[in-house]
Amino acid sequence: MEQVVQQIVGGLATGAIYACIALSIVMIYQAIDHLNFAQGEMAMFSTYIAWQLMHWGMPYWGAFFLTIAISFVLGYAIERIVFKPVHNAPVLSHIVIFIALFVIINSMAGFIWEFTIKPFPTPFGTKPVLGGGILSAHGAGMIAVTGIMLVMLYAFFRYTRVGLAMRAASANPDSARLVGIRVGFMNALGWGMAAAIGAVAGIMIAPVVFLEPNMMVTILLYGFAGAVVGGLTSPGGAVFGGFAVGVIENLASFVPQFGAEMKLTIALALIILVLTLKPNGLFGRKIVSRV
Amino acid sequence: MKTTSPVTVLIAAIGATVITLAQNWKLAGFIFILIVGGLFPLMASGVFTFQITQLLIYAIAIAGLNLLTGFNGQFSLGHSAFYAIGAYVSAVLMTQLDMPFYLTIPIAAAVCFVFGFLFGLPALRLEGIYLALATFALAIATPQILKFKPIEHLTGGVQGLALFHLKPEAPFGLQLDQDQWTFYVTFAVTILMFFFAFSLVNSRSGRAMKAIRDNHIAAKVTGINLSLFKTLTFGVSALFTGVAGALSAMLIAFVAPDSFQITLAVAIFVGMVVGGVGWIPGAFLGALFILFVPNIAEHIAFGLAAFFDFVRKFIPFFPTIGEQSSKGLTGTVYGVFLILLIYVMPSGLAGLLRLAVQRLAQARS
Repeated sequence: MEQVVQQIVGGLATGAIYACIALSIVMIYQAIDHLNFAQGEMAMFSTYIAWQLMHWGMPYWGAFFLTIAISFVLGYAIERIVFKPVHNAPVLSHIVIFIALFVIINSMAGFIWEFTIKPFPTPFGTKPVLGGGILSAHGAGMIAVTGIMLVMLYAFFRYTRVGLAMRAASANPDSARLVGIRVGFMNALGWGMAAAIGAVAGIMIAPVVFLEPNMMVTILLYGFAGAVVGGLTSPGGAVFGGFAVGVIENLASFVPQFGAEMKLTIALALIILVLTLKPNGLFGRKIVSRV
Repeated sequence: MKTTSPVTVLIAAIGATVITLAQNWKLAGFIFILIVGGLFPLMASGVFTFQITQLLIYAIAIAGLNLLTGFNGQFSLGHSAFYAIGAYVSAVLMTQLDMPFYLTIPIAAAVCFVFGFLFGLPALRLEGIYLALATFALAIATPQILKFKPIEHLTGGVQGLALFHLKPEAPFGLQLDQDQWTFYVTFAVTILMFFFAFSLVNSRSGRAMKAIRDNHIAAKVTGINLSLFKTLTFGVSALFTGVAGALSAMLIAFVAPDSFQITLAVAIFVGMVVGGVGWIPGAFLGALFILFVPNIAEHIAFGLAAFFDFVRKFIPFFPTIGEQSSKGLTGTVYGVFLILLIYVMPSGLAGLLRLAVQRLAQARS
């Protein structure tokens, strides 16, 4: 029994990672109505920027906030430069561009900062805070940061005019434009915000998985799983989904024969299962489209 | 009585053939392809033959995905899974049951059809980006499942299976080496599969598939069984990709889990979009792209890296952080290529060709 509790708490700590990235996936989905396959790579690149700033001697929190600002600008720029010109291309072309972005950012990072693994500092320390050292101070800090981001995002979408305009621009671009919302600007803003949230996620994750160009590939997948389980339209659901995936993944190691090696497969089977039973996720709103 | 000399008969026969072919350009094109394909491996180098064989195999896989996406409107980023199943079924049958290679192709096709059909069932409930995600998950899971311990005695685990000693030899004492013979086998299968694809698309079932793509509600109203056709299309699509996988097992003579990563699924997908969604011959153009453009990108990256080194000599404070290799640049160049391609032709090479034909027709009239 004690072992099970340990595994669950450990799962929550890894789940916080997935929740972070799931949150940024939901953010971009709210803003542009697409899943961004390059999301993880953008977060990885931001983390490298933070590393570089600290390497040049900037204090942790200074680098933290400056990185968020830089990431916001970069995300905004990607939308303006890369996506604006192909705005009306079919969805398939968009997916190809996501793939291209993935490859470009991944190899750019490798080119600039090499493919070797780099350690990354944590502001919270690594001392254990909970019995038996299952939950480190960094894990707890990560859960707290995820919580803060969730509250801020919820408030943003629920109570601000920009948040409302962004939701409108994504749900129905034509009508939104008619009531005077600058849809293109909203899309770019959404990209910027998603990049900023990704930067926070990357900086939080880096001390756990170490910094290298491929650090986000599997994490992004779990993030997708979390976002889909919780529902792509619900930030709260995405965070719940992220934690759930972390816990389930850890509990899966109890299944005999499967053990650690099939962890990924189990998480992916979960995506397919949830999508089959509840296509909009556990907390997602059902989208009704007019014919 | 007038006798006709054999020469006149010959000339008359040739004349009649030429007239028939001129009237029936499809037949003429087919015969032309047969002649080119038949002579090609005798003239080309071994390496080039190998590459073109690989190109045909990719084209079959891309055509399979195109049937699903271009003609039925369902996404898939997971076709590497069916490619892997095809390759493994063929490899396992050859190593475990000593089955001849030719026999394993139809079996691999059948197995992939069943898998595709089964995967099509949950896919029925998913649309657009969700389906892309579910298939993406399938592609990621594939190498892991292939490494699964309890089936290691069949699949060879991480090491995979070597088939070098099982590569088919040319029969009837033909003076062909293995690569040449592999090309002929692949060539024949390619013709068969594309004939199948063209017939399917133009058949009653093909029209049903396209109707579902264009408007599934209207299709339903006219009495098309949506679930049946969507799952069947998934099965047929998987069948094509599985056949390609089986052929690749023979060509490479080696299967291992890490050859079937997500990058393969992405390559098939990119090939389809580049060649043109919903245009079957585009598969060859797409295959050409995914086979050769990465190489070209590598060359350009190599040149760029040299250029950066050159610049660094003159500008001492040019930013350098560690050893910068052309390895990182290759991906960047490839990605930029992809984006530029989508800019220039948002609907692939098919769209570009169609536009060119339209312009030509307008210029004439």
